Amino acid sequence: MKRIADIALPLTVAALALGGWEWAVHAYAVPEYVLPAPSGIARAFCANFASLMGSLLATLSVTLQAFIAASLLGVMLAIGFTQSRLLERTFYPYAVMLQVTPVVAIAPLILIWVGFDQVNLALVIIATIVAFFPVLAGATLGLKSADFNLLDLMRLHGASRWQILWRVRLPTALPYLLSGMKTAGGLALIGAVVAEFVAGSGTATGLAWRIVESGNRLEIATLFAALALLAVAGVTIFAALSLLEWLLLRRWHESAINRP
Amino acid sequence: MTLLALSDVGKRFTGGTRFADGTEALRGLSFSIAPGEFVALVGPSGCGKSTALRLAAGLLTPDAGTVAWPDGRPETGFVFQDATLMPWADARTNARLPLDLKGVPRRQADARAAEALARAGLDGFGHAFPRELSGGMKMRVSLARALVSQPRLLLLDEPFAALDEITRQALGDDLKRLWQIHNLTVLFVTHSAAESAWLAGRVLVMTPRPGRIAADIPLPPGRDTRLAPATIEAQRAISAALGEAMAAA
Repeated sequence: MKRIADIALPLTVAALALGGWEWAVHAYAVPEYVLPAPSGIARAFCANFASLMGSLLATLSVTLQAFIAASLLGVMLAIGFTQSRLLERTFYPYAVMLQVTPVVAIAPLILIWVGFDQVNLALVIIATIVAFFPVLAGATLGLKSADFNLLDLMRLHGASRWQILWRVRLPTALPYLLSGMKTAGGLALIGAVVAEFVAGSGTATGLAWRIVESGNRLEIATLFAALALLAVAGVTIFAALSLLEWLLLRRWHESAINRP
Repeated sequence: MTLLALSDVGKRFTGGTRFADGTEALRGLSFSIAPGEFVALVGPSGCGKSTALRLAAGLLTPDAGTVAWPDGRPETGFVFQDATLMPWADARTNARLPLDLKGVPRRQADARAAEALARAGLDGFGHAFPRELSGGMKMRVSLARALVSQPRLLLLDEPFAALDEITRQALGDDLKRLWQIHNLTVLFVTHSAAESAWLAGRVLVMTPRPGRIAADIPLPPGRDTRLAPATIEAQRAISAALGEAMAAA
């Protein structure tokens, strides 16, 4: 019963909102270039299906590459930080600086340095910088959260640093890491969109570029269709990472266990 | 014959404590243990019992005095107050840990872990995860893990303190049985006079911090049950020694 409600209630709200929207646009004769009706957006979506899918693929490809790069970079830096206090003292301030600097501000620089002939690489780099900090923060906290007694036990039995990392620190860090990766997945998409905005039309081919271009041409229905695709992409990324989290933690971690 | 000897050991902890000059946990602590003994280390909370145990395991080094293992560092099992299991691994993988770290082949390690679990009273629970086990069962996994590498020396740090009375008694009985069949040397930290009177062959009573040995009490035979007159008499002697150690401080 509760399950049905979980699905039915949001769907009802969506139906009511879309119906109200559709009705209001027609009732008040809102021009299409200000606010298109849902039916108009659906028509624009169908009419531009192939090119919109191409754009979605381009944005998703940048997002995915950035997400993987951010995850690897975050985990490797976190391992470095927890294995060496010197490394952490030296580089942590720079990691924070990279995080607190609004990355939009350095995006033009990165585009110039990487060059517009490799615009996709530039987009991935920008999105990676946007996404990597939560992974670093989560993994660092997780690697440091290992049970002291368990670490003592490992030492007692002559475990090497590598064995301690692999058998105790990394599994302990997994819930923290996955939580950071969930945030990073959303940020990678945001980073990809921002990077496309900065790169501007003519170079990028993703959904953000479609939004800018449709806006310039006053094709607001197409703009909304691209926006809807971005929203779906964001939700899908989040759902996929939540599923991964559940699969990895369901046997042992409190956060993933369903209580009756 | 001596397996383990601490002589005139001092240990002070600096940093991370509330005291500017650090906390002096131990001062002038001396005792030795012969192979096959079951020794209880009894004292008030905060008297440095756990520190002494970590020194005996070689996990800490003393600031003063020496910790010596005349026959070389023995293979050692350690049981903490909490079960200290890996929550992401099942009971068998947890019990297998010391063997995995030594590189014992998986098949052999699995067999030995299963055997250790069975000895600790957990036959058939090898695939259960720690969160699926009760507090007492988790402690049994911890005990199996400590015994799986066939240690000569078993160190226990108030292992049953967090358990209910019935489970504590059952585990105490099992520990005594395991000590006998494995021909172990046991150093058992506790604050319970009753527990040490029943389990140990010799009781070391510690003073409040900084801890040292206030009394070394060999217990007489004839303590066949928890409530045998000899057991009760031993408990009375330990309690009296504890009281004296507290009063003298």
